[in-house]
Amino acid sequence: MSCTVRIASPLRSYTGGAASVSASGASVAELLADLDRSYPGIRFRMIDEQDSIRPHIRVYAGTREIHDITERMDGENVLHLICALSGG
Amino acid sequence: MADTVWIGTRKGLFALRPDARRRAYRLSGPQFLGHVVHHVVQDPREPRQLLLAAKTGHLGPTVYRSADRGRTWREAALPPAFRKALEGEKARAVSRVFWLAAGHSSEPRTWYAGTAPAGLFRSADGGDRWEPVAGFNDHTMNSKWAAGLATPDGEFLHSILVDPRDARHLYLAISIGGVFESTDGGRDWAPLNGGVAADFLPDPTVSFGHDPHRVELHPKRPDRLYQQNHCGIYRLDRPGNTWLRIGHAMPKAVGDIGFPIVLHPKDPDVAWVVPMDGTKVWPRTSVAGKPAVYRTRDAGRSWRRLSRGLPQRNAWLTVLRQAMCVDTRDSPGLYFGTTGGEVWASPNGGESWRRIAQHLPEIYSVTFAT
Repeated sequence: MSCTVRIASPLRSYTGGAASVSASGASVAELLADLDRSYPGIRFRMIDEQDSIRPHIRVYAGTREIHDITERMDGENVLHLICALSGG
Repeated sequence: MADTVWIGTRKGLFALRPDARRRAYRLSGPQFLGHVVHHVVQDPREPRQLLLAAKTGHLGPTVYRSADRGRTWREAALPPAFRKALEGEKARAVSRVFWLAAGHSSEPRTWYAGTAPAGLFRSADGGDRWEPVAGFNDHTMNSKWAAGLATPDGEFLHSILVDPRDARHLYLAISIGGVFESTDGGRDWAPLNGGVAADFLPDPTVSFGHDPHRVELHPKRPDRLYQQNHCGIYRLDRPGNTWLRIGHAMPKAVGDIGFPIVLHPKDPDVAWVVPMDGTKVWPRTSVAGKPAVYRTRDAGRSWRRLSRGLPQRNAWLTVLRQAMCVDTRDSPGLYFGTTGGEVWASPNGGESWRRIAQHLPEIYSVTFAT
């Protein structure tokens, strides 16, 4: 399934500045893997080596927050990758 | 090529380039604005190559590589990362790449990286792809050596040292954990903390659990190590296994607490430290608000205060463990950076000091490149 992936500004150095790109996959993990094939290195900045979402990253399938990247998109066709900015 | 003093900060990378007489410095940057830059290290085997340890406040840690002395950078294809945790095992994830060290001259593409939480990683291709060093990260004692007794900024693995006579002879340090040695290229490790105080522990005679802040090996006399520890300044002459507290020769009113220690590039008897206040609640600022560098010329038997040009009062500087370096000239120049964003330089081994940059972000590392 092809989805739109909304890219937070700190990650746009990987997408050539694009705020929105396309990726394919039925689950968040598959989408992120496809995203990383197109934009190498982007996944590790958001997802650690244990497949956990990093502390200041938020992932949404549509409006549903994702806590485990094995979750499926379940009909949603927009994946939001958000940096939860905090601190000085 | 002009000398460069690389300034890694909490908000990006800056460079200071001295003129031939080290009287004027040109500041350039920032590069990586907004990124946390923990360390920038030149490859002594191929001086055009540099490695940089970075993350942003909100993204995962990574390594960047330059093949043109820092003009352009490329991200590592496979940054340092722990292996996947087995079922029931504590899952470790690198939160920051803290320390970079070039490998032995006989292994021209090899690099080592130290991380938080404490992990050791190796690259065999110039820093592009990194692998965990299983001999340390999965050592049967690892969970005790790197127990997660984190410093306020996390548990770091740092001071990765390669014996210039033997690529298989390595040292590393963990804050908090201690100094460790391998003689087989990293397959096995053993603590090396004899004689070092750990007065914050219930049993101060433990073999590990110490808090080394920075350890250095002298390149011309590789059997000589120096250490600035949370509990004093030490020297170790191998094959001995017992560190000698050379900080006892420091003035009592100043003490021997601090973060960096740097060594003269040629004379193994000469070292410099920047004492910090380690009393009561550990302010870790210049003692009594009077910044000074101390130098030994006799391997720690005596120390001399060097403060000409530094503020004489009301200056509460903090100098972190990577934030001091020495250049490679015959009369070595010294540099240190402060958490308040100032860079200080001495062209004469610390005899006199001058501020060469200010208003920078919090400085994490100051390293020299040719």
